[in-house]
Amino acid sequence: MSIVAETLWAVARGLPLTVGIWLASVATGLVAGVLVACARHFGPRPVNALLLAMVETVRGVPFVVQAFLLYYGGPFIGLDLTPILAGWLALSVYAAAYFSEVFRAGFAAIPPGHTEAARLLGLDTRQIIARILLPEMALSVLPALANLAVILIKETAILSIITVPELTFTVSGVGSATFAFAQTMTALALSYWLLVELTAHAARRLERGIARATLGTA
Amino acid sequence: MDWAFIQEALPALMRGAVATVAVSLAAIALGFAVGAAIAGASTARARGLRAFAALYISFFRGVPLLVQLLLAYYALPFLGLDIPAIVAAVGTLALCCAAYAAEILRGGLALVPPGTVEAARLLGLTRTQAFLRIRLPIAAQAMRPALVGEAIMILKASSLISLVGILELTRTSQALASSTFMPLQSYALCGAIYLVINFTIMAAFRDRRRA
Repeated sequence: MSIVAETLWAVARGLPLTVGIWLASVATGLVAGVLVACARHFGPRPVNALLLAMVETVRGVPFVVQAFLLYYGGPFIGLDLTPILAGWLALSVYAAAYFSEVFRAGFAAIPPGHTEAARLLGLDTRQIIARILLPEMALSVLPALANLAVILIKETAILSIITVPELTFTVSGVGSATFAFAQTMTALALSYWLLVELTAHAARRLERGIARATLGTA
Repeated sequence: MDWAFIQEALPALMRGAVATVAVSLAAIALGFAVGAAIAGASTARARGLRAFAALYISFFRGVPLLVQLLLAYYALPFLGLDIPAIVAAVGTLALCCAAYAAEILRGGLALVPPGTVEAARLLGLTRTQAFLRIRLPIAAQAMRPALVGEAIMILKASSLISLVGILELTRTSQALASSTFMPLQSYALCGAIYLVINFTIMAAFRDRRRA
């Protein structure tokens, strides 16, 4: 096989896992992020303090160190995960920490009167979150969430270091096998560039579309 | 984690931490110098310069830093550019930092009301003086939170240069993990040191007037 064909084949093999693990991590990260933000907003003070410490730890430590800690340290505490599972879990935790901060800011931006009014009308906390707070802040948190999601695409490349066979892993594998580093690395960079720009473009269109549909403005 | 392990591991990790801080500082200093040029290009009259700045920012923010490092470390020698690993690593980190720095500088300078610069000019300050003494200090105040964020981002990003063989904090903890067979403790300690550096940065840049 020629270098071009081999590189393209490596991109075709690696890209689905890159996109898959990214989407899966964004999904779990969003759910966990909402839960963390709710626990911090409605929970007792010690819970808030504990979660704050956890969020700041995850946000302050390089992702590669967290991936190493989980993948290489995990087996010592009975957490023997496959590379893909470890990668998904590590990225989900990382995503959840950043997403939770966006949701927390979203909660804080809603006037407390709305929650009080809902409570007087007899809604319980779960209903207030699901029916009042989340719909109210959906529009304001969307740009920040989309921006973070795009950043997370780039973090998936780090998972190649814990041998997740995603895009960086498959394409740099061709590089090491053929010594055609210039061609393979250029192809790798272009693939990510395209993926990130297309996703960012799609996110902007989605934001505008939702804003138009809900506010009736452009 | 036992005390003996920490005592044994800490000296090597501290040397790694010093390297991490040194590399990050160099990358941030270089990055802001290049970033200032890119910010200048992005507001230039010439369309070619603006297009270049947009392309630069899009590339360095759109490609994972790990891939940029692989490109610099493995691909550049094939183009006849045989640079030492440390230069490739710090250079890549700086070029990536510049893309973010350019956006921060442009945004910060745009926030300064034009009237303040006009007033300074009317008071007899030259264009350079008005920029250095009036516009830049006001912008710097507005940019402070973004600068702290950028410094921490580069500090965290510098962990990736361990992959091209630079002996810094992450690389040291990797060596420690394999030599002691205690990855849990090694990486936890490594993470804790990153946190300490982060808090130091945040404390150093805290706005004392508001505190």
